[in-house]
Amino acid sequence: MKQFSAFLLKEFRHMGRDWRTLLILVVMPVVMVLLFGYAITTEVTQTRTAVLDPTHDYLTRRITDRIAANPFFELTATCASAEEVDALFREGRIDLAVVFAPELASAKAADASAVVQLLIDGSEPNQAAVRQGYAMQVIQEELLTASVASGEPVTDVSAQIPLINVSTRMLYNPQGKSAYNFVPAVIGMILLLLCTLMSSISIVREKENGTMEVLLASPLSPAVIIAAKLVPYFVVGMVNLLSILCLAHFVMGVPVEGSLVAFLALSVLYIGVALALGLLISTLVSTQLAAMLLSMLMIVPTMYLSGLVFQLDAMPLPAQAVSTIIPARWFMDGARRLMIQGVEVRHLFTNFMVLGAELLVLFGLSVLLFKKRLE
Amino acid sequence: MNRDNIVIEAHGLTKRFGTFTATDHITLSVCEGEIFGFLGANGAGKTTAMRMLCGLSKPTAGTARVAGYDVATEAEKVKRNIGYMSQKFSLYDDLTVAENLRLFGGIYGMKRSEVKAKTRDVLVELDMVATLNQRVAALPLGWKQKLAFSLAVFHEPKIVFLDEPTGGVDPVTRRRFWELIYRAADRGVTVFVTTHYMDEAEYCDRVSIMVDGQIRALDTPARLKETYHAASMYDVFYALARTARRGE
Repeated sequence: MKQFSAFLLKEFRHMGRDWRTLLILVVMPVVMVLLFGYAITTEVTQTRTAVLDPTHDYLTRRITDRIAANPFFELTATCASAEEVDALFREGRIDLAVVFAPELASAKAADASAVVQLLIDGSEPNQAAVRQGYAMQVIQEELLTASVASGEPVTDVSAQIPLINVSTRMLYNPQGKSAYNFVPAVIGMILLLLCTLMSSISIVREKENGTMEVLLASPLSPAVIIAAKLVPYFVVGMVNLLSILCLAHFVMGVPVEGSLVAFLALSVLYIGVALALGLLISTLVSTQLAAMLLSMLMIVPTMYLSGLVFQLDAMPLPAQAVSTIIPARWFMDGARRLMIQGVEVRHLFTNFMVLGAELLVLFGLSVLLFKKRLE
Repeated sequence: MNRDNIVIEAHGLTKRFGTFTATDHITLSVCEGEIFGFLGANGAGKTTAMRMLCGLSKPTAGTARVAGYDVATEAEKVKRNIGYMSQKFSLYDDLTVAENLRLFGGIYGMKRSEVKAKTRDVLVELDMVATLNQRVAALPLGWKQKLAFSLAVFHEPKIVFLDEPTGGVDPVTRRRFWELIYRAADRGVTVFVTTHYMDEAEYCDRVSIMVDGQIRALDTPARLKETYHAASMYDVFYALARTARRGE
């Protein structure tokens, strides 16, 4: 125990002495949460809109006013010709253009040609789809009001936009805030990055400096050495977990709908898996650079296959199959469901089981390899 | 030196890695307080043999007892009674001198007060009292090396294993380092040292020369020179080492 505490003290000293590492350990998680929460957002706002309105009648002006008043749109230009609209798109100054047909107000039932044309910058398909939907909704509502007021059917419009009143209700995240979705993902990513990368580097550094040899020649048992190397990163992981959680909850208002205890248990298990992975990497390589590269090599596919960036359901089957062994996937999925959906713990049985099994396998494998090196 | 008290004893100690025999049936015994030079070209199997004697690696065949304990079955007790210094000096650069000493004191289960007193003694002996709270990274190479040796004997082990301890330092610094070794031997510490420098071989009480995993010669430097009709240990070593069939 005394040996262990002497060794542990040294580990924390290493951490304290290296201000660059300390900066990464403490500041990076906060920066990442703020970035993902505020800067990198998938919500669509501030759609820069141009209007081409040759007729300037009552209806088109009503629609234009509605668009201008909507916080979702920003009316940036009123064009006089189609060429002007085209130029604005090419210069990247607008995302959306509303083009009214000259005969819109006087359109009759027989004339089924397009009366309102929406031009959307499709280089970002997801955003374009959201913008299209929203713009259509606004225009449709206005046309409907107009037709009710005048008592005329607006058949010309209904040919283009079916007048079905679709009411969507988003479950669990009614405001569609992307921060809600990102916080569990960022926690998963940061814990993996810190616990795996940092712990593997810290163990390999002892090998590279020749101090591991001296430690092994001392009465310290390998178990004590491994434990003392991993405990500090466990502490760092926990500190980060709690700081991100507080930041997310109290500053960004991300809810914790489900059991906090279950969430913490899932996180502890996940930190364990990340540390075991770091330990495994440290047994496979002998330089810090190699440890860093190998850690990165494991972390990058994790980002893509965990459901953080791309939707898992939409991936080809082999990729989906690979994703099932990725710890971050199970953590992020579980954390999301606990925090945002508020599901009961029994629904996360698979998540806990997979992470638990991975912890045992990774840890067992590294201890085996560690011992083999001593043989 | 106490010739009646054997502290390192190896019989047919062998280590194979697959089909490669790194250490091939080596037999030797070292007395208490002796300075034993363990020579051999690179790849001759010195490091492997030394790792087995330190309890870091299990022998494939043969036995060895160090400080009275079997290296294969009582490695833990062996480790408690030895000190080890590796080629890389193995200090923590980002810790201060005092912190390095305190760490190793703690690892070997020494009391706080004991560590404190010993730290002072060691630094006085090395004439490095002023460096107590300096980081090791800032020290000159020769000082680091002396400090690394003092760390290896900090817990007062019966035997200290030095793996090429003087690599990369100048002859004057090396000479000073050997004064430390002599002082330790005078206190009764057995020194088991590997080296590439033949002038250092002359400082040893006895030396063994390994070629292709086997010990080809083992005696005092004076008698070895006589046997091989050589003027210096360098000539003895060269005569034996050139018979090697195994490369680096």
